[in-house]
Amino acid sequence: MGADVFHSEVPLTVNGEARRPTVDHRSTLLDVLREQLGLTGAKKGCDHGQCGACTVLVDGRRVNSCLLLAVSLEGREVITVEGLAPAGGDLHPLQRAFVDRDAFQCGYCTPGQICSAVGAIAEARAGRASHVTDPAADVGAPVELTRDEIRERLSGNICRCGAYPHIVEAVEDVTR
Amino acid sequence: MKSFRYLRAHSVEEATAAHAGRPGSRYLGGGTNLVDLMKMGVERPRTLIDVSGLPLDAVEELPDGSVRAGAAVRNSDLAAHPLVRDRYPVLAQALLSGASGQLRNAATTGGNLLQRTRCPYFQDLAKPCNKREPGTGCGAREGVHRDHAVLGHSPQCIATHPSDMAVALAALDAQVELHGAHGRRTVPAADFHRLPGDRPDLDTEIAPGELITGVRLPAATAGLPSAYRKARDRASYAFALASVAVVLDVDGSLVRDVRIAFGGLAHRPWRALRAERALVGGPVTEEAFGRAVDAELAAAEPLPDNAFKVPLARGIACDVLRRLSTAPTAA
Ligand SMILES: Cc1cc2nc3c(=O)[nH]c(=O)nc-3n(C[C@H](O)[C@H](O)[C@H](O)COP(=O)(O)OP(=O)(O)OC[C@H]3O[C@@H](n4cnc5c(N)ncnc54)[C@H](O)[C@@H]3O)c2cc1C
Ligand code: SF4
Ligand code: FES
Ligand code: FES
Repeated sequence: MGADVFHSEVPLTVNGEARRPTVDHRSTLLDVLREQLGLTGAKKGCDHGQCGACTVLVDGRRVNSCLLLAVSLEGREVITVEGLAPAGGDLHPLQRAFVDRDAFQCGYCTPGQICSAVGAIAEARAGRASHVTDPAADVGAPVELTRDEIRERLSGNICRCGAYPHIVEAVEDVTR
Repeated sequence: MKSFRYLRAHSVEEATAAHAGRPGSRYLGGGTNLVDLMKMGVERPRTLIDVSGLPLDAVEELPDGSVRAGAAVRNSDLAAHPLVRDRYPVLAQALLSGASGQLRNAATTGGNLLQRTRCPYFQDLAKPCNKREPGTGCGAREGVHRDHAVLGHSPQCIATHPSDMAVALAALDAQVELHGAHGRRTVPAADFHRLPGDRPDLDTEIAPGELITGVRLPAATAGLPSAYRKARDRASYAFALASVAVVLDVDGSLVRDVRIAFGGLAHRPWRALRAERALVGGPVTEEAFGRAVDAELAAAEPLPDNAFKVPLARGIACDVLRRLSTAPTAA
């Protein structure tokens, strides 16, 4: 498959590695990761932005890869759950916490939950408020991740097994 | 999904010229609504013109004290910006009540304003829908319409506009900046979205090919006590059943000025002008708030399954007015 009016070559970085897939303009990042780049960590739950299973980090920000057209990602840095921990090294602290807390049952939502939590923790550290943050809180001061904050900030990740209590505990472990 | 061409625009002029020269073009912001609708077959663009990388990504104060947010600013960045959090808390709160952290990181100011209704019939090609396909009828009127409009709907369409951000913009007297083939213009945010009438296919006043370049938040509403309240079926990550944005200016025990807009009740953010007129110059009391909101909602024409929205909207509006009048920042 080569580039034509409906396909483009898209240079981007995936988990630290330079890649150059030629993508159909219709392909989402999720489909390119899973079907062209062999990275099946990000999951397809709903394919409509409604479940969060496809969450990855693009330029350090968490996004739903099912609604992101791959062709629009020229020059971007994508991190998937496979890229959170160094190859052959220890697990990422959130991965470790999910294992320790048994924060899943079937595990289908887990890669999305973990990538989302990585993004959420960074957002709170950067002083970004959430819907449940006191509006009178100092603008820009790091936000403490209480259970209410974790629940609100991870609300874009649905777990059909209902593992939420342990997911919240796992995230709490990492932020304490 | 049908194949399409993809162009990345580097300037406003390049974007509008590309749109004018290519029938079947759509601008692409964060894609969180457009790509979704393309998957469902509701949108079938022949060319996507990506405007998410345009140099419209700043939030800045202008010499007249207003604040301008570019169309490509992401919803999460707009909500987090100190100028917005300090001066327009209602806007930050509305943004943070919408969608999810992931979606807000992708969604843009321009795309948020132009997101389409979540009416399930609109999203289903097998169902009649006057908005998607004029003349086919409205599936929702006799069907599932619990989430639909109670104010300003028409025989042709009873859809609501889903944006939370737009409700705050309407209450703040914000302006929407547009750039088209015939030049620039601004439209008050409160007038940007339309009522359905007999043209439910038209959501807004935007002309074909016009690009949203930004929104302007006026100095007049900067720093006033304001808040957003949203009622929904679950605590987070759900569209509004009813919501309200209030900007309240109190002088002692009198209302000096007030701006109220409802979301989830109509085809556009519903600026409650009747309630505002009833309140200005009057006392800051719960009775006055209740009477004013009732006067506004007297115009409601609920459908069999959504009459609950009227008392729901009344409750949240009175609650926000009361909280803002007692503790300005704690609503
Ligand atoms: C599961 C889910 C839950 C959601 N919950 C909420 C919620 O609770 N509250 C809420 O308010 N929203 C909610 N949303 C909607 C979300 O806010 C919108 O999808 C988003 O704001 C759209 O912005 P975008 O940049 O992604 O737009 P896009 O999808 O890129 O574009 C939307 C439309 O705007 C046009 N467009 C984009 N930019 C411009 C421009 N600069 N000028 C002219 N036209 C332009 C496009 O052509 C398209 O027609 C939800 C979405 C999902 C998927
Ligand atoms: S309410 Fe409007 S959008 Fe929904 S089916 Fe009727 S015409 Fe279509
Ligand atoms: S698969 Fe992307 S949000 Fe569900
Ligand atoms: S562990 Fe099964 S969906 Fe979350």
